[in-house]
Amino acid sequence: MSEDIHALSGAYAVDALDDDERVHFERHLAGCAACRAEVDSLRDATALLAETTAVQPPAALRDSILAQIAQVRPLPPVVEEGTTVLAAPEQPAPAPGTGGAADGGADAPVPITSAPSRRRRWAGVLAVAAAAVVAAVGVTVTQPWDDGGTDSPTLSAVEQVRQASDLEAYTQAFPDGSEATVLVSRELNKAVLETEDMAPAPEGKVYEVWLDHREVGMVSAAIMPKGEDNTVVLAGDPATAIGAGITIEPEGGSDTPSDEVVALFEFDKA
Amino acid sequence: MDPTRPFAGVPSPEGTPAVPDPGPLLRSASRGDQAAFAQLYDLTAARVHGLALRVVRDPAQAEEVTQEAFLEIWRTASRFDPDRGSPLAWMLTITHRKAVDRVRSAEAATRRDVTYHQQNQPVEHDSTAEAAHASLEARRVRGALGTLTPVQREALELAYFGGYTHTQVASMLDLPVGTAKTRIRDGLIRLRDTMGVGQ
Repeated sequence: MSEDIHALSGAYAVDALDDDERVHFERHLAGCAACRAEVDSLRDATALLAETTAVQPPAALRDSILAQIAQVRPLPPVVEEGTTVLAAPEQPAPAPGTGGAADGGADAPVPITSAPSRRRRWAGVLAVAAAAVVAAVGVTVTQPWDDGGTDSPTLSAVEQVRQASDLEAYTQAFPDGSEATVLVSRELNKAVLETEDMAPAPEGKVYEVWLDHREVGMVSAAIMPKGEDNTVVLAGDPATAIGAGITIEPEGGSDTPSDEVVALFEFDKA
Repeated sequence: MDPTRPFAGVPSPEGTPAVPDPGPLLRSASRGDQAAFAQLYDLTAARVHGLALRVVRDPAQAEEVTQEAFLEIWRTASRFDPDRGSPLAWMLTITHRKAVDRVRSAEAATRRDVTYHQQNQPVEHDSTAEAAHASLEARRVRGALGTLTPVQREALELAYFGGYTHTQVASMLDLPVGTAKTRIRDGLIRLRDTMGVGQ
């Protein structure tokens, strides 16, 4: 709570922090009510600036947007539960075959943020996520990452999830036309990430997949292989996850997510 | 921001400023009410789009940002927390973030050239935007901006409308590293207090 970081509230309110600073500041925000209140009030002030630039969009845009929302389900509200957790997420069991890549990550999960209430975190990051992929070129990936140690229950695991009666699917489409979908069956405690036309990770980097657990944060769940149209079984405890994320990490993966976020998925119920 | 404050630039059929409240519309939209969302769109589209356009500048890209922002607003309407600010501020925060992400990723892809920088110097009140919103509210805001010091105002405008980071702003304005963020914050506080928003 240094004097210095406090002074970033204004720059944060106008999105004038670089990615590192933003992550840092958001971590600070989570524990600093004064900063949160200040940011909120400054955002009200920034909204005023938009008064001076108002321009009516073309009429066709209205039709297009209204047609599109008809196909998008609004998210449910974030219900503050606190006490009723479905299952203890404190031991996100490392799944078999997580291999060397995620070593340590699974038993020592480090939260991406310690925010007691996460409601604000996602919205902003989603935008970065979408943007991060824009610049990329379409190459795709296959091969389950998860077959390193185990034989290959992988395919059947994928099928099991796809056919699960309680299947939940969360898709993110990126501006370059690529898509990533997380399929979750809480009953089976299994989840699968499917990507379509996903651009390759930058040279020397990999995509790492994370499951987000309340109070615990992001826990490594897979490293995506290079290749085409990927289907990856996620390790860990999807049943209690409240979301998933994809980040760009150095080759071999990381124990904690970098802030190069490619996609974030917020699960409807945890 | 007082949610009951009249919305500038949204004339009612009679030509007097309408006073619809986006709060209930947003709440209805969060339950999947598309008609409410359409009303919310009509109420706020000029501000959302104008902001997107101001930041990204390219009209086609601005439309994409506007679209992305409204879809996000629709999808996450239930996450809006009235205790944390006005509905409009929430919507514009989403919009601004998307616009800034757009210019930054473009910048990362192709290092932005100098001409862009020059072109993007302190906010010119370009005539299209100007004409579109000679609203009372806009005039009040300009008046309030006039109370900022020139450096506060420039830093704030480069950050908010230019989409630059405070570090870039410091360099553009020849300020010592680390001081632009203070100017931005001071400017926003002044604006907030002059306009009486944010409680």
